[in-house]
Amino acid sequence: MSKKIEVKNLYKIFGSKPKLALKRLKEGWTKEKILKTTGQTVGVNNASFTVDEGEFFVIMGLSGSGKSTLIRCLNLLNRPTAGEILIDGEDIVKYDRQQLREFRQNKVAMVFQNFGLFTHRTVLGNVEYGLEIRNINKDKRKQIALEALESVGLKGWEDKMPTELSGGMQQRVGLARALANNPDILLMDEPFSALDPLIRRDMQIELLEIQSKLKKTIIFITHDINEAFKLGDRVAVMKDGKIVQQGTPEEILNNPSNEYIEDFVKSIDRTKVIKAKNIMKRPNALVSIKDGVRVAIREMQTNHISSVFVVGENMQLEGIVTIDDCVEAIKNKQSSLKALLRHDYYKTTEDEYIENLLENATKSRYPIVVVNDENKLLGIIVRTSILSGLLPYNSN
Amino acid sequence: MQVKLKKHSFPELIKFDPGMYIEALVDWLILNFQGFFDALTDVIKWIVFNIQDGLSFIPWFLFILLIFLLGWKLKSFQSGLGYAMMIMLIGLIGLWEDMIFTLAIVITSVILSIIIGIPIGIFSAYNQKLEALLKPLLDGMQTMPSFVYLIPAMIFFGLGTVPAVFATIVYSTPPCIRLTSLAIQRVPKEMREAAYAFGSSRWQALVKVELPQAMPTIMAGINQTTMLAMSMVVTSSMIGAKGLGENVIIAINRTDIAMGFNSGISIVFLAIIIDRLTQMISKKYEHV
Repeated sequence: MSKKIEVKNLYKIFGSKPKLALKRLKEGWTKEKILKTTGQTVGVNNASFTVDEGEFFVIMGLSGSGKSTLIRCLNLLNRPTAGEILIDGEDIVKYDRQQLREFRQNKVAMVFQNFGLFTHRTVLGNVEYGLEIRNINKDKRKQIALEALESVGLKGWEDKMPTELSGGMQQRVGLARALANNPDILLMDEPFSALDPLIRRDMQIELLEIQSKLKKTIIFITHDINEAFKLGDRVAVMKDGKIVQQGTPEEILNNPSNEYIEDFVKSIDRTKVIKAKNIMKRPNALVSIKDGVRVAIREMQTNHISSVFVVGENMQLEGIVTIDDCVEAIKNKQSSLKALLRHDYYKTTEDEYIENLLENATKSRYPIVVVNDENKLLGIIVRTSILSGLLPYNSN
Repeated sequence: MQVKLKKHSFPELIKFDPGMYIEALVDWLILNFQGFFDALTDVIKWIVFNIQDGLSFIPWFLFILLIFLLGWKLKSFQSGLGYAMMIMLIGLIGLWEDMIFTLAIVITSVILSIIIGIPIGIFSAYNQKLEALLKPLLDGMQTMPSFVYLIPAMIFFGLGTVPAVFATIVYSTPPCIRLTSLAIQRVPKEMREAAYAFGSSRWQALVKVELPQAMPTIMAGINQTTMLAMSMVVTSSMIGAKGLGENVIIAINRTDIAMGFNSGISIVFLAIIIDRLTQMISKKYEHV
């Protein structure tokens, strides 16, 4: 994968004497001390990171950590005090006014926390805005805008005013407005924070669907660790303007680099991060459909279990048999497993979050079986492994 | 007592006469820019007379009908009827012609106030220094007794309609500047960021986002400007502007109660109609 965005030693200081504050900062003064003595506010303090093409990069931090300041540097809504921002190898900080406009028109689009919709324009007028700025002709931009609206599920709403829409729908308009421009990079500044939890979840899922189709490079800001870990390919954690750790969700979850992140990680709902593949086991016992009833009974006895999954050729899942059924079959002098197969177990895929497995795990008498698209058995999940998966800092 | 008071009053020895400098400035302007003021006089005269001609061209019954329809369309049938009756009454009193005169002066002043006020308001919204400079100036323009403007107005433009328009503009432009500036500054931050994030130029952001967002407040400013212009009608008649105000001045000189009331109530009616209609127009721009 190629590097899309490369941020090197980025600083952003607000105030009238940023250079002085920058000097002090490099001398090792703290953010608080600088604010007290020079009156300058440090927004971003020496941030460096790289984002690959098509990557979903999440920047997470509490309010005041500088994450919104940082994302606004990436389209120069905030002009950095020092540092480089290379996008496709070009330092955008050095752009003149015209180059900057072209960059914003073609390469990058932004979605805002409070939507930032133009309340004097219709939904369509909002989505058309970026195209209008680029002087694309009326018919073409209407067509593109309608397509963008359809892609976020707002077909038929184009003539409404934004204020007539619910929060979730307004943010869909915000997303459509950004997508209509067909940017390489999407900057999303806490886009779902203003939405209620249910809507937020739907929007997260939709965003992932859109992303799997369009493969944009996404920079996503959030203060919600669950959201960060659910969406991000990689996550950067910010505190006091600094990036304190970056890595994949698993890396951060299993190896928090300091107390601050540990606290963050403690608050996470692990059922929303851990997937079936993280906790599934290879089954100890398995029988082939070609084996007889006696083989199945022996498998269960040696493993001290009361049911066993049955597979066909190439690990194709056929069903499950129970010890009771097998014993009964022996009495009736039946030897084929086919007649005994049961199908009332719960099947899932390896990317399912355990949040969604909990209920079935408690209801079902059998372990949950994990299969791929071709119904090949990959592993099983027993109740105890779900519970142990939820314990913090295990290394599954 | 007398002696004691003298003791505590401000010493006469120290003296400063700021008015003197203003007078010197006005004299200097007259001396060096006479041509400019003459040209300005012609332009203002031309505008006022054309508007007046246009208004007089409309037959009285059509005028009343127009007011009725505007009131009906913008507010309600009853309001339309009310406004029509008010304007009808002005005609019945016998002040129709004067009303047209007054209206021409007010409309001219308001148009020029808008042309001057909105750009200044926009600039001061962007420029903090200009804003800091304008604030006391605008305060002064509004609190200075309006009669005071009549003096330089007369010197620059002589007597009659043109100095009246000039004094009215000075008095009534401040709210237009102030509210335009306020409205632009109050455009939500994210909305402005969105405009720039999509690569708008400053002009595009202004025309496509900031001005439409600011429109309701700007219209409220125009409404205030119009009302202030109406309130200058009587004052400006002191330097020979024709219209309803002239009748008030005459009535004062003659202590003619009936005439005073007639012209007074006509001004009130006209003000009410203009106020309500401009208010309704500004409501049309609200979209939040």
